[in-house]
Amino acid sequence: MAIDAATVRKVARLARIAEPEARIEPLAREISGIMDWIEQLSEVDIEGVEPMTSAVSRPAPLRDDVVTEGGDPERILANAPRRAGDFFVVPKVVE
Amino acid sequence: MSSLTDLTLREALDGLSARTFSSEELTRAHVEAVEAARPLNAYILETPEKALDMARASDARRAAAEAGPLDGVPLGIKDLFCTDGVRTTAGSRILGGFTPTYESTVTSQLWRDGAVMLGKLNLDEFAMGSSNETSAFGPVVSPWRRRGDTAPLTPGGSSGGSAAAVAAGLCLGATATDTGGSIRQPAAFTGTVGIKPTYGRCSRWGVVAFASSLDQAGPITRTVEDAAILLKSMSGHDPKDSTSLDVEVPDFASFVGRSVKGMRIGVPREYRVDGMPAEIEALWEQGIAWLRDAGCEIVEVSLPHTRYALPAYYIVAPAEASSNLARYDGMRYGLRAEASGLTDTYEKSRAEGFGEEVKRRILIGTYVLSAGYYDAYYLRALKVRRRIADDFTEAFGKVDALLTPTAPSAAFALGENADDPVAMYLNDIFTVTVNLAGLPGMSVPAGLDARGLPLGLQLIGRPLDEGLLFSLGGAIEAAAGFTAKPARWW
Repeated sequence: MAIDAATVRKVARLARIAEPEARIEPLAREISGIMDWIEQLSEVDIEGVEPMTSAVSRPAPLRDDVVTEGGDPERILANAPRRAGDFFVVPKVVE
Repeated sequence: MSSLTDLTLREALDGLSARTFSSEELTRAHVEAVEAARPLNAYILETPEKALDMARASDARRAAAEAGPLDGVPLGIKDLFCTDGVRTTAGSRILGGFTPTYESTVTSQLWRDGAVMLGKLNLDEFAMGSSNETSAFGPVVSPWRRRGDTAPLTPGGSSGGSAAAVAAGLCLGATATDTGGSIRQPAAFTGTVGIKPTYGRCSRWGVVAFASSLDQAGPITRTVEDAAILLKSMSGHDPKDSTSLDVEVPDFASFVGRSVKGMRIGVPREYRVDGMPAEIEALWEQGIAWLRDAGCEIVEVSLPHTRYALPAYYIVAPAEASSNLARYDGMRYGLRAEASGLTDTYEKSRAEGFGEEVKRRILIGTYVLSAGYYDAYYLRALKVRRRIADDFTEAFGKVDALLTPTAPSAAFALGENADDPVAMYLNDIFTVTVNLAGLPGMSVPAGLDARGLPLGLQLIGRPLDEGLLFSLGGAIEAAAGFTAKPARWW
């Protein structure tokens, strides 16, 4: 199915990627090409098939809900683009 | 000292153990080789001082009779594995300045066993690519060239730096990862051995995530035995990865050289794809003959959903990637672009930080997970994935392992497939099924094509049956007698 420019803009917004206007039409073409190729999946009979969500067919392990690590702000903040004391500095969230 | 870089990992361990040379000498020879090979662009970060420090510490351990199973052996690390205090980029601008404060489980096990780190190896951005051309650091150039031709070739991808470094003698072995073929295809393109173990064999903790239900770490080496030695150190249960399997790690190397007599080897008829080069077909026939000579019984099997594996993968992997890569928001680490508000900062940071292929996959993933399309695409792909896995289960009722070509062609020139994403994706046609099913798969060099480029054969095993793959891989290696090396031009 054809992906149009409006869909690309919407999806780019959802993905929080600022795509320049000049890229919208080329992306629509590229993604349409890929989705057309993917369309062949509709040929497969999937009646009654359970979706495969993991390559490991065992139950997820459980552990006690206790703190195992922490109390080390220096390591956590070591790559912060901006920090103030033991806090990340981020753009204003609430006007 | 150049001969020290021609050793296999096994020979190096023997030489260190016999005190024929020290780890410092061995490591220095590799550091020099790495420096001399910069035109290959295999390493995106060289850590020579760290390497020599680690080598001297190894020599001290050996002198004190405390040497571990990999003690003193210099390795290259794919730059997808987080290394404590050493920049880790995933080949992306968005992590261009990222220095982890922790060590991935896999690499920590290599250092626990005494290995030495030479540096971080180039890769496709976030491991998304089959030619290394999506790296923000520029592509790796294969040490191999077509006979009588100087055109730069791809070493494959995404573990192109790992494969090129191993093929060119820039390390004795390398870590790699494989989400759709990223260990096996580059191994095939460079005449090296690569194994993607069973999903859950190696911990994913500290490995930059691409598609978590498919990602697996594994080694690339010059021999089957070397791959077995490295995989043993890389494997094992890790409580920090909830999909890590709590199972015994066998001594994989002990399987190399074992008889494969009586083993039933499946040849899947759906892997005879249209347009497959005659040389690949002939190599496959040769592989079948080698295993038959080794006493295996060859059985034709059917994996009827094979042709749907790539399209299913190109739903599942981008969907998982779009979710995994949501963490790169410019707030806590990674690139932050200056913009006016929060949303603009997100959008601009991600636009500047991600390359075109990564953005394309995030957009596809976001699209197939978005309201109204989830059932039609994502859920359908997960059901097709089950069909593909069931095909293998059925086949493994009749056979012990499968033999296929690794890739549909030999290495191609850089730039050759760059304009057509689907053509690039077809590189993984024989490897991607294995990731979807979570099975172990190994590529073994088996011969050269008419232009002098390496070709690989792939072995696929039952879950956790890497041991048999090492026996079969060893049998193919012995029969093929593959000794070709790239002629040094760099």
